[in-house]
Amino acid sequence: MNFLTEPIRLLGAQTIESVAALGRFGIFLAMAAAYAILPPYKPRLAIRQIRLIGADSVFLITLIAWATGMVLGLQGYNTLRRFGSEAALGTVVALVLVRELGPVLAALMVTARAGSAMAAELGSMQVTEQVDALTVMAINPIQYLVSPRIVAALISFPLLTAIFDVVGIFGGYAVGVGLMGAPAASYFNGIVDNLTPHDVATGLWKSLVFGLTVAWVCCYKGYHAARMATGVSQATTEAVVLSSVLILLWDYFLTSVLL
Amino acid sequence: MTSPSADNANRSTDYAIEVWELTRRFGSQVVLDRVTLRCPRGLITTIVGPSGCGKTVLLKHLNFLLRPNSGKIFIDGEDVTSLSWRELDRVRQKFGMLFQAGALFDSLTVFENVAFPLVERTRLPRSEIERRVREKLAAVGLEGAEHKYPSEISGGMQKRVALARALIQDPQILLLDEPTTGLDPTRSGAIHNLIRQTQQRLGLSAVLVSHDVPQVFHISDKVAFMYKGKIRLYGDVGDVTHADDPIFKAFLAGEEIAEDEESLQTKPTLRVEAR
Repeated sequence: MNFLTEPIRLLGAQTIESVAALGRFGIFLAMAAAYAILPPYKPRLAIRQIRLIGADSVFLITLIAWATGMVLGLQGYNTLRRFGSEAALGTVVALVLVRELGPVLAALMVTARAGSAMAAELGSMQVTEQVDALTVMAINPIQYLVSPRIVAALISFPLLTAIFDVVGIFGGYAVGVGLMGAPAASYFNGIVDNLTPHDVATGLWKSLVFGLTVAWVCCYKGYHAARMATGVSQATTEAVVLSSVLILLWDYFLTSVLL
Repeated sequence: MTSPSADNANRSTDYAIEVWELTRRFGSQVVLDRVTLRCPRGLITTIVGPSGCGKTVLLKHLNFLLRPNSGKIFIDGEDVTSLSWRELDRVRQKFGMLFQAGALFDSLTVFENVAFPLVERTRLPRSEIERRVREKLAAVGLEGAEHKYPSEISGGMQKRVALARALIQDPQILLLDEPTTGLDPTRSGAIHNLIRQTQQRLGLSAVLVSHDVPQVFHISDKVAFMYKGKIRLYGDVGDVTHADDPIFKAFLAGEEIAEDEESLQTKPTLRVEAR
């Protein structure tokens, strides 16, 4: 009867392992959150991470935001012209950026740049026993390594998203108005009239959730890197892929809730 | 020697570390099988054995990086097996640990690495931290390398920096995980001598895990031979090295250890202490 019971046993084992992995994932975040609140406080660690995740990503975010804004300006102008609605270009560009593309693209870019670095750094520290060394020195590695990164991501992601939105809107203006000839006055007037605080809040809420997700996933994967030659590369790849997938899934979920 | 018992609350403080019937499993694999070991105060206890025998896992239980499935660990006579994380931090202050590959922080200089425990764990003024770091670096013969990064110094120097870092909080117990791995025989000898000199000068109790036999015996007081998750031999270095045990002899000679039942069942003639 083994051939009948074996698949059921395997399914059961797989389910238990998946539930246990989710549990470990949740406990990891709960510990990081608790240690972010509990003393000793080390603000300099979080500030250093804000520089790495936030300040060092500004150039990349500006570049991508400008390019995205230009494409939106071009596509938006050509589409709206078919309906004689070129005056709505500013509103369309701003809404698309603030509600969707700003938080999502900024999060994907920071995942690629800072999230991968986070997973690789923690993974390499785990593999070379540096994490154990912290524990032996009576320094809590979650508090020292993970909590500051999560705090820094929660601060950096909304700020980077705000930069992305503003630069993208100017990128759209440069192409839509400067190059294609859409009416200049209605571009910014449309934004002021139609962009509500709710739209901005939606984007910022998303960026907060994405920041938490990226720091959580990347730290978890790096912290649990396998102690073998491919451990760090595997952890980094998994961190980037899982973060990116979760950003897009969360985006749909949050859009449907916050709409 | 009397056998230690778990319910004896008043442990002898002649021993820095006592391990009683320690068992650890990973899945279905038993890595430590009712290991009992005593590490006397002020001496070097060396644990040797073939790769995969469980010696590093045992060491990781001594500084609480791993928790046992059953059994007890006593540090200075105190049962530390079921202490909370915060209580363990207090016990950890007694330990200094030298990791196999050094485990130096790559992003910090030699000075910052050695100063790290003081910077993070104490409120000492900068001048005092600098004084202590220079003193420890001088003790391991590394003056002048303060501003180099770990990647800029040799493997032997990295081990010295790691030793200086392990000593910076003036521990009572030093744990050393294969301190000469990856070093040539000359550098291995120098590191062994440095460990012995430091241990004697500071009166430390040390537990050293190594497969660098027989060289490591020159600096050892007590030797435990581990095989398949058990302590097979334990005693004074002179007694153990002359023990009439086919498995230990094969290990010393670097020969493949016979796995037949007869060899495994053969009891070593040396009386195994602490069992």
